[in-house]
Amino acid sequence: MLRFKETATGVSRVPVILATITALAFSTAAFGQEPGTVQEAAAPASASETSVFVFNTLLFLVTGMVVMFMAAGFCMLEAGLVRSKNAATICLKNIALYSVAGIMVYLIGYQLIYGISEGGFIAPLKLFWAPDDSDPTGTGYAASSDWYFQMVFVATAASIVSGTVAERIKLFPFLIFVAVLTGIIYPIQAGWVWGGGWLDARFDDFAGSTLVHSTGGWAALAGAIVLGPRMGKYVGGRVHPFPGSSLPLATLGTFILWLGWFGFNGGSQLALGTIEDSISVAKIFVNTNMAACGGVLTSLVLTQVLYKKVDLTIVLNGAIGGLVSITAEPLQPAIWQAILIGSVGGVIVTLAVPLLDKLKIDDVVGAIPAHLFCGIWGTLVVPLSNREVTIFGQLTGVVAIGIFVFSISLAIWYALRFTMGIRASEDDERVGLDKVELGLEAYPEFSPG
Amino acid sequence: MKFIVAIIKPQKLEPVREALTALGVEGMTVTDVKGFGRQKGHSEVYRGAEYQVDFMPKVKLEIAIDAARATDVVEAIRVAAKSDRIGAGKIFVLNLEEAVRVRTGEVGNVAL
Repeated sequence: MLRFKETATGVSRVPVILATITALAFSTAAFGQEPGTVQEAAAPASASETSVFVFNTLLFLVTGMVVMFMAAGFCMLEAGLVRSKNAATICLKNIALYSVAGIMVYLIGYQLIYGISEGGFIAPLKLFWAPDDSDPTGTGYAASSDWYFQMVFVATAASIVSGTVAERIKLFPFLIFVAVLTGIIYPIQAGWVWGGGWLDARFDDFAGSTLVHSTGGWAALAGAIVLGPRMGKYVGGRVHPFPGSSLPLATLGTFILWLGWFGFNGGSQLALGTIEDSISVAKIFVNTNMAACGGVLTSLVLTQVLYKKVDLTIVLNGAIGGLVSITAEPLQPAIWQAILIGSVGGVIVTLAVPLLDKLKIDDVVGAIPAHLFCGIWGTLVVPLSNREVTIFGQLTGVVAIGIFVFSISLAIWYALRFTMGIRASEDDERVGLDKVELGLEAYPEFSPG
Repeated sequence: MKFIVAIIKPQKLEPVREALTALGVEGMTVTDVKGFGRQKGHSEVYRGAEYQVDFMPKVKLEIAIDAARATDVVEAIRVAAKSDRIGAGKIFVLNLEEAVRVRTGEVGNVAL
């Protein structure tokens, strides 16, 4: 199911609302009756316009809240996987990027996603979004609830970037990139699909394996390439790991992300006003959960086999990899298929983390394997469970969005590098960004100096 | 008077303390330290990359003791801290010139 919106012409293009309309058609006989009248003739599946509106809105608001909390999940995961001398800075970047995303989606982003004409490439520029609740039965939800739900998705894509480029990027160039990503890059490609643009008819991405996760992953990959690895990471032909400062925090962050994903995928049903929608949301919860279980267990077993010890941080990545893998189609797969899809995600993550190190691409938290690679996998595997989707269409979307996001991101990162500079000096990197950028330490009582 | 410095494995601290208490040793100072000897650290794997842990966590004990009891104390530490694997630790014995009890100002053996 796709994320359609009404176009400016007022023609309803909201298939998720079709079920609602169907339900309303069934209940027209009961429509004129007084409130409280026993509606014996009405089908039990029917719902009043008001209750459909309320439940749809409630879905956006409640699932949007847990998706918002994914920002905390990313923050804790990243704070746990960086060294303690950079932990406070990564916390600042996470709360700042979430705020930048909100402002940019309000300023321009939402219009770029949903102002697009049918089959179009880019929406006309229109600043300052404002809610339009003039036709509540037409939309089926409060306009602001949808805005809120879309806004927290945009923030998620930005959160992916901060982890990859952690420990060496300067604060302000990072935030400028986030503004471009959340205000322009993400909205344009999301408009192609969820806004009803040119990719919409041939490509399916239910909750955003490609649109959100791969987009964040491509932007992160471009950033890691332009920025270069952390000092001392790849010297003497060897990889020198920098163990994370707090694995309990990283684990908590992963659990928070897992919880948030029920909102991310479940809320992407975009409707809860009918029995059919409620059943779908519940199925999505189960499939989302099972994919993550699969991702955790395959990475657990695989790291034990490969390294003779389980690697907790890769298992955490495995959970995320499983979740990203199921995000393109969390509704249609049978439960065993969801487990399988997520399990492959766990394998991808486990093998891709050392592979990136071989290429000397320094991804501090493993965001590129989990979000980019598993996002591609999840998108391409949709035809397995959804017969209406073609592999060719999925490839078209993956490649088009990949080229668009990666090339624009690369250009922006280079532009920032050659103007204001994006990288902390060697001395600053050695001392740690907490002291240099913030003048404090994340854990001042744990280690002197 | 002798000053005994012992570097032992952290998990051997409790058996050593028990052995010394049984021997009537009335005080010691314990510090968490890191270092290496012939054991030369060891390698671990983190996120698929092998890396060398150069400094192993150890515990350092410092005990000031009457010279007549030093041999017994050293032997008690050695037996309690012993393991057959490399990295079990070292014990150093130094001559101690003076000891002063801060509260009373007593000096020498009575201050221990």
